[in-house]
Amino acid sequence: MAAVQTRIIYEHIDLEGWNASIEKYMSVGGYGILKNTVARPREELCAEMEKSKLRGRGGAGFPTGMKWKFVDRKSGKPVYLVCNADESEPGTCKDRLIIYQDPHKLIEGIMCTAYAINAKQAFIYIRGEYTNGYRILINAIAEARAKGFVGENICGSGYGCDITVCRGAGCYVCGEETGLISSLAGGRAYPRIKPPYFPAAMGLYDCPTVVNNVETLCWVPIVFKEGGEAVSKIGSPADPGTHIWGVSGLVQKPGRYEIVSGACTLGELLYDLCGGPLPGRRLKAVIPGGSSMKILKWDEKFRVKQPDGSEKEIRTEDIRLDAQSFMACGTALGSCGVIVMDNTVDIVEALANLNQFYAHESCGQCTPCREGTLWMSRITRRICEGWGRPEDVELLMSVADNMCGRTICALGEGAAWPTQSNLGKFKDEYCEKIRRQQTMGGQARADNNAYRLI
Amino acid sequence: MEKQTVNVNINGVDCEVLAGQNVLEACRSVGVEIPYFCYHPNLQVAGSCRMCLIYTGMPARDRATGELLKNDDGTVKIAFAPKPSIACGTKVAEGMHIITNSKEVENCRKAVIEFLLLNHPLDCPICDKAGECKLQEYAHKYGNAESRFVENKNVKPKRVEVAGKIIMDSERCIECSRCIRFCREFIGRDIFGFTKRGSKTEISVYPGGDNDSNYLLNVVDGCPVGALTEKAFRFQMRTWFLKATKSICAESSAGVNTRVWSREGKIYRITPRRNQAVNETWMSDSGRYIYRRFEQKNRLSVPRIDSSPCELQYAIDRCMEIMKLGNIAIVANAWQTVEEQFVIAELAKACGAKVHMVSHLGEDDGKLVSADRTPNMRGAFVTGLVKEYPKADLRGLAESVRAGEVKTVLCFREDLNDLGFEPKDFKAANIIYCGALENSTSQIAKICVPMRGEFEKYGMWINRQFRIQRFEKAVEAPKDTISDISFLLTVLRDVSKQSFAMPSISEVRKRMCAEIPALKGCENVGDEGKLIDASAFADIDFPESDAMHYTKKNPQTEASARESETK
Repeated sequence: MAAVQTRIIYEHIDLEGWNASIEKYMSVGGYGILKNTVARPREELCAEMEKSKLRGRGGAGFPTGMKWKFVDRKSGKPVYLVCNADESEPGTCKDRLIIYQDPHKLIEGIMCTAYAINAKQAFIYIRGEYTNGYRILINAIAEARAKGFVGENICGSGYGCDITVCRGAGCYVCGEETGLISSLAGGRAYPRIKPPYFPAAMGLYDCPTVVNNVETLCWVPIVFKEGGEAVSKIGSPADPGTHIWGVSGLVQKPGRYEIVSGACTLGELLYDLCGGPLPGRRLKAVIPGGSSMKILKWDEKFRVKQPDGSEKEIRTEDIRLDAQSFMACGTALGSCGVIVMDNTVDIVEALANLNQFYAHESCGQCTPCREGTLWMSRITRRICEGWGRPEDVELLMSVADNMCGRTICALGEGAAWPTQSNLGKFKDEYCEKIRRQQTMGGQARADNNAYRLI
Repeated sequence: MEKQTVNVNINGVDCEVLAGQNVLEACRSVGVEIPYFCYHPNLQVAGSCRMCLIYTGMPARDRATGELLKNDDGTVKIAFAPKPSIACGTKVAEGMHIITNSKEVENCRKAVIEFLLLNHPLDCPICDKAGECKLQEYAHKYGNAESRFVENKNVKPKRVEVAGKIIMDSERCIECSRCIRFCREFIGRDIFGFTKRGSKTEISVYPGGDNDSNYLLNVVDGCPVGALTEKAFRFQMRTWFLKATKSICAESSAGVNTRVWSREGKIYRITPRRNQAVNETWMSDSGRYIYRRFEQKNRLSVPRIDSSPCELQYAIDRCMEIMKLGNIAIVANAWQTVEEQFVIAELAKACGAKVHMVSHLGEDDGKLVSADRTPNMRGAFVTGLVKEYPKADLRGLAESVRAGEVKTVLCFREDLNDLGFEPKDFKAANIIYCGALENSTSQIAKICVPMRGEFEKYGMWINRQFRIQRFEKAVEAPKDTISDISFLLTVLRDVSKQSFAMPSISEVRKRMCAEIPALKGCENVGDEGKLIDASAFADIDFPESDAMHYTKKNPQTEASARESETK
């Protein structure tokens, strides 16, 4: 089966003659679904969503219908909808295109969702670095408001909801939904403890809140239009829909590819669509879903259970592109940002780079992540600079283990997984690098770099 | 009111604990200590230190039928959470299993301590917090002897002065956010805050603004490490040399529970003591320094008659002689203990004297400094010294002195000169001044008897809630001073001419509790004090306004509600 793209969310992206204006969007039937949606009963819409079995596209893969169902509707407090457009996971770049080229698709999705969960106010929390995206969204919302799709009395239904765009200040942890909520409410972007701060009950301003990713929200009108059942039949049954794979790194044609879930394998994606490794090089490792997910060695073999119960040995390139297949191989597809490394990449340098990112982005609220990320970053940096010690490999592993699962939010795990999986799978390279440094002029380098430790 | 309880299993032992508590408090109530840094019983849960990680599990149920699952040996199967959870942020639930002593939990604690110590300076030898530092304590218990950290430590601002009374050291800070939460929740505005991110996070204060508050020093007590130290106490004394005495703050009628820290007769600091029904864990900054009233230079240390020093016994004998002449007025005060006031009432009865009192009013801050700046005005009502709330001066008494109705004034502590007496009135009557401090009255009084201050005696006070509370003697009094109670008993024995069986405070207390119905059963009140029956004083207009754990209208209900809530 050759890999083909199926553009559903990206249907207008990079089309010739397409632009972000509302006229263009309406000329292809845009906002038609919203008109129909506001006439339908809310219970029916939420039921459709549940039937679709759609998983959130932000990275955690939580079923969206379930998320909506958990919203505390009895409290009498207002319900808020927050669109998480703080796309800051290294390797992930899928939402950016939607915001830049097709903002009205997102706005229609937000309005449909807001109606379904009965929110009177929606927020788009956009990454601070997307300055143009912010302007585009502001423009698009103004256009939609002028046409009566945002604001009071949408399409004559009597229902009203406004959208406010809020810019982040460049902080990775704002991508975590409770951290985003803290930031949106004006505080430091500190993720909150659960319990009691489950967004569905105590979210923004301690009111019930739904936080959905941009791509997820773009799916909502499609689910409402086609029906949950139809959407649930697209691709793998447990993870229906399409995924937008943002492939970056050392392949011939990096880019974003929208593929029906489970329709092809990782190998087909990288070789058929992305053109394979650069000339004369071999693939070495792949991080499948944004930098936090566990790394996969290209020549790794996994034993996975087949649907009929038998076990089969597969290679990394045979992993099907859906949530279950990645899960079976001990990693996750996360936000589908594939980072590809070939044989020229020094895996220690790559990890040092990632660790530096996490040390810089850790919010500093809880102890293990605050201290652990910086420590790991300093150890990997030290190894790269030629100061590695044989015991550093064990130390690095133990620091990552001490962080994992003991933090307030999931980013502690996200920061520990790269180190854990890297050391687990490429331990030889670390040991070799340290051994070479020590035997080959380690002392000479030490003298040169002496100032670094003073 | 019956309290609801739930059954939990802590480390394999079945226990019954109060419902609605968090796991940390529940474990503490049955004697299982869980280490923590950021948790504070009177502040919101932050859950950021991760020191109190424990494993919890609930009985496993069959998803389809809802029935309890059993292990092979017939016991109920417990589904433990895969990840540890924080004891401070987890509420107890019926049937919950809690593990606090496993290898995994120990590893969690060791890891957190190692993380915290990475960038924490090793300056315990010069740190004022040493000896009462949570980090030091837990590092001793869970820390590695040798550090695995070979990198450079973070450098952050040190010795930053905050509001002139706190020295802040960001390097020592473990980012528990207690100070931030305290200022936000108790003081009601942000004073402290974090700046920067990740391991570089620093504790800092708002630049330029007014960061002062009369409750700011509570953050020093709350700080689990030495990041915030009190400027006045800095480098004064190692904490392990200090002796802590349970005391009550004499600043106002709030009756804040305190600890007085002293060494060799010198008080170094006063810190709050937890009493959920009165002051929770807080006290005012002004109350911390009231011991300075009793500095040597202000003390009345030598007995005097007509301004010339004499023997203490001689001065007391002269007092008794003068009092035999009759026409006595007694000026009592509300710093005196309930026992002392009781004896004054007896003395007044015995010599037919009238008792006068003065109110000392200030501004009520709605928290822990009440309008009545004396600790025991309620005691004067209970012992019957006064029937209505006293005025702020003694003009009435001065009139009587001028009219010749009063020949002797036995004045305790109050400065008559300030309260309506004129210099000539001191000639018209014999003024006996009994007090610990010099003032303008002591300068010209006929007889001066040096007394003991609040920190040099023990007894009971009744606060604005009508809660009777005990305080202990913190330091020894200077020689040549006599306690109010000994003086009063001596005089009383002489005046009443009867063998009065009250040789000690405990005897006085016993008799007082037997004679005054409201004080029944108050001989031995516990650390949290005891609310007494105040129905007799319901129509007296007390000056305090509604404040923390006190409502003017109904002090008793409010206070007892707090009590049952915390018990």
